[in-house]
Amino acid sequence: MLLPEPIQNLIDAFSRLPGVGPKTASRLTFYLLRAPENLAHDLAEALTNLKTGTTYCRTCYNITSAGREECEICSSPTRDASLICVVEEPLDVIALERTGGYQGRYHVLHGALSPIEGIGPEQLKMRELIGRVRSGEVREVILATNPSMEGDYTAAYLRQQLQPLGLRLTRLARGLPVGGDLEYADQGTLLRALSGRQEMSE
Amino acid sequence: MMEQRDKRQRVLKLEGVVLRHSDWGEADRLIWLFTLELGKIRAVAKGVRKIRSRKAGHLEPFTRTSLLLAKGRDILLITQADTLDGFLTLREDLAGTTYASYIVELLDRFTYEEGENRALYRLLVESLRRLADEQDRDLVARYYELRLLDLVGFRPELFRCLGCGEEIQPQDQYFSAAEGGALCPRCGSGASGAQPISKDALKYMRHFQRSSFADAKKARMTTEVQRELENILQYYLTYLLEQRLNTPAFLRRLRQPERLIDLPDGLDQA
Repeated sequence: MLLPEPIQNLIDAFSRLPGVGPKTASRLTFYLLRAPENLAHDLAEALTNLKTGTTYCRTCYNITSAGREECEICSSPTRDASLICVVEEPLDVIALERTGGYQGRYHVLHGALSPIEGIGPEQLKMRELIGRVRSGEVREVILATNPSMEGDYTAAYLRQQLQPLGLRLTRLARGLPVGGDLEYADQGTLLRALSGRQEMSE
Repeated sequence: MMEQRDKRQRVLKLEGVVLRHSDWGEADRLIWLFTLELGKIRAVAKGVRKIRSRKAGHLEPFTRTSLLLAKGRDILLITQADTLDGFLTLREDLAGTTYASYIVELLDRFTYEEGENRALYRLLVESLRRLADEQDRDLVARYYELRLLDLVGFRPELFRCLGCGEEIQPQDQYFSAAEGGALCPRCGSGASGAQPISKDALKYMRHFQRSSFADAKKARMTTEVQRELENILQYYLTYLLEQRLNTPAFLRRLRQPERLIDLPDGLDQA
C-alpha cells in the first residue's frame, strides 16, 4: 500500500532518529494523525524552536537560550569564576547541578578524545578551555570527564596541556557506587577505592 | 567453529580482549571483542553506561576478560564479564593508551568477524602486556606490526628480490608495498611507489620477522633507523588497508605535545 506523501515523510523523518526503527516510526506517525490537533502543533513548534531558540554559551559552550551571550551559570555573580569543572556533555552539567553541591563554573567539551575513532582535540572545545584558563582568574580545573577509556584519555591529555599553566588540577574521585556490590567491582575501581579510602577514626 | 558446536547451545563462554565500543540505545553499549575461540565478534552489553553496572568495569577497551554470552536472534548479548587482565598501567598515561589504541586499531582493521585466529589473539595479549610493562613501546609496536602481517597473510618478502628473484644482499635496497617486499637496487630504482630502505632497517625487519620477542628486544636501533622502519611499515600497512589509520596522528601528537595547543610565549618550556 502506498501511503500519502505527508505520512511517508513523517515516517522517514522519525526513522532517522537514533533507536527508532520503521515500525516505531509508523506507530508514532499514525498516533499523531489521530491525536488532537494541538498535540501535533505543539510538537512542531517545539521542534522548530529547538534549533532557533538555542545557542552555545560563548564562555563554557553549554547550551543556552538564543539571544543570550552567556548561560545562566556563567553570568551568575554568585558562581565562583576561579573554579572550572570540565565535562563531556551538557547533560553532565545537569547531573552535577542536581547535586546542588557545586558553586563553580563549567566547561563543556562536547565529546571526548578517542584515538581509535579518530576524535582529536580540534573536534572538541579544548582550545577554548585553554584560552579561558589562560585569561588568568582560574585557580582550579576539575576534570570531570567520564571514568571510561576515552574520558581518562581526555583528562590525561588536558593535564599535559594545563600543567604548564601552574594551577590546581583535580580529577573526580573514583570508587564504589552507592548500592554497589564489592564482589562485582572490577580491579581498577577497587584499587582506586582502596587508595582513596576515607578516614573514619577521627 | 560456531557450526561445530551444538546448534542449540544458547550460551557461549569465551575469553576475549575488548577492542572498542560505541553507545547503543539508552544505557547499552555495542562492544567489539577479539576472542580466543571465535576471533572478532560484536556483542551488546546491556546497561553498562549506568553507574551501578556490574559489567562496565570489566568491558573497558584493552581489558582481557572472561565472558558469558547469550545468543539472541541476531545479536550476542554479554550476560557476565570478569576481568582476567585489566592492563591497568596502560590506562594511566597518554602514551600507554595511545600505543594500545594503535595495536588494537590495526587488529580491528585487518580482521573480519568470526575468523578464529589463536596465534593473533596471543600476539595481541602479549603485546598489550609488553606495552603495560612499559618496555620500549616503539619496539613493541614494530614487532607487533611484522608479526601481525605474518598472521593475516601479508608477510613481506625480505630475502629475495620480488623483481628478479635474486637473493637480497646486505646493502641499501628498495621496498615496494605493491609487490609486498624488497626489491634489489637494480629492480627498485625505476619501480613506481618503491621506497628506498636502508641496510639497517631491512636487517631489523628480517630480524623481527624471524625472532622471538626476547631476541628482538636485544636490538639496539638508533632513533633514525627506528623512524625509518616505522615509516616503511606505516606505508605498507596503509597501502594494504587502502585507508588511513586514525591512531598514528595521536602517536605523532605524543612526540610533539607542545604543538597540540599554542601556549602563550614563555610557557612552552615550563
